[in-house]
Amino acid sequence: MTSTVGEPGVSALLGITAPGDGELRRLHDRLVTAADEDGILDIGYTTIDSPVGRLLLAATAQGLVRVAYQNEDHDRVLSLLASRISPRILRAPQRLAAAAREIDEYFAGRRTTFDLPLDFSLSHGFRQLVQRELPQIGYGNTRSYGQVAAMVGHPKAVRAVGTACATNPVPIVVPCHRVVRADGSLGGYAGGPEVKSTLLALEQAA
Amino acid sequence: MTRTKEPFEAVVAEHGATVLRVCRAVLGPHPDAEDAWSETFLAALRAFPGLPADANIQAWLVTIAHRKAIDITRARQRQAVPVGEVPEAARPSGAAAMAGSQAGAGDPTAGDGDVWAAVRALPDKQRQAVAYHYLAALPYKDIAALLGGSTDAARRAAADGIRNLRTAFAGAAAKGADR
Repeated sequence: MTSTVGEPGVSALLGITAPGDGELRRLHDRLVTAADEDGILDIGYTTIDSPVGRLLLAATAQGLVRVAYQNEDHDRVLSLLASRISPRILRAPQRLAAAAREIDEYFAGRRTTFDLPLDFSLSHGFRQLVQRELPQIGYGNTRSYGQVAAMVGHPKAVRAVGTACATNPVPIVVPCHRVVRADGSLGGYAGGPEVKSTLLALEQAA
Repeated sequence: MTRTKEPFEAVVAEHGATVLRVCRAVLGPHPDAEDAWSETFLAALRAFPGLPADANIQAWLVTIAHRKAIDITRARQRQAVPVGEVPEAARPSGAAAMAGSQAGAGDPTAGDGDVWAAVRALPDKQRQAVAYHYLAALPYKDIAALLGGSTDAARRAAADGIRNLRTAFAGAAAKGADR
């Protein structure tokens, strides 16, 4: 930085040009609206509180593209979205309003299926095929990795189904938590095993 | 290691306040400064994916803001400004870009009015050089590229501008002490 400490001209200039209360927040909102209208808001995101911790929700113009648990490090997730999809990313809660509402309703036990447009562009091939199929497992039910492999017509691809579940970009909404081990034990989960059992218990109780 | 690009949200968070200060110093405490901010960040968002990962983002934003402020100033000059909107003192030459010293900046004190009057009185190049160098730390060679002329001329414009402001403030402070 330029050494300007004590320069009265500079301190006066800093004083009079300071942003007013809430001014930058208003300008940010205006930027989001204009970017959305111009079709250059490639990804909008927000964070919401839930019984399983703070969730990051991100959507492209096409649909919900990412749901991330706190333990995944939201800043890191946003950086990955920037490199994998586009760095034109802004906090834009309006774009996530429907997703946030449906997830709230799910945790309140008032919603058993999600009705949200999804963007699967973060996954490809077999993983995406499996992820698209997971909503077929109904609320409150579970399937083993082997059963899901059979569901998608590749009964031997049990490990690949495990990978597909582990890399599900939109957990909760795409219910990879309903896929468990054949012996009844839970198996892994991006949000941690406690979160997986919390979700399954929620669905059993409702 | 290749630097990956950060989400644009981080750019707004890091540089939003500085760019607003620059727009305001150049255009005055006027809604035009907010318009310049908005157009700057919208244009930056549009071009962001093509920006080299090692670019100096603040310098890039100031460059865009400089052009947007010129566009806004020209648009303002094309419109006839009603006499009633001309600020109290006669507007000094070369300061057509400054208007409405009391508008849009919350509740400025009389002291702020004096400071704005001094900023408004600066020749355009001095005001721009001061804003870009002292508010946004833009190197003089980059300022020269924006304003035309040599790096030395940019350095002189900033130095003359800051000296003129200091003199004006000293005068205003003395006047205030007399009151």
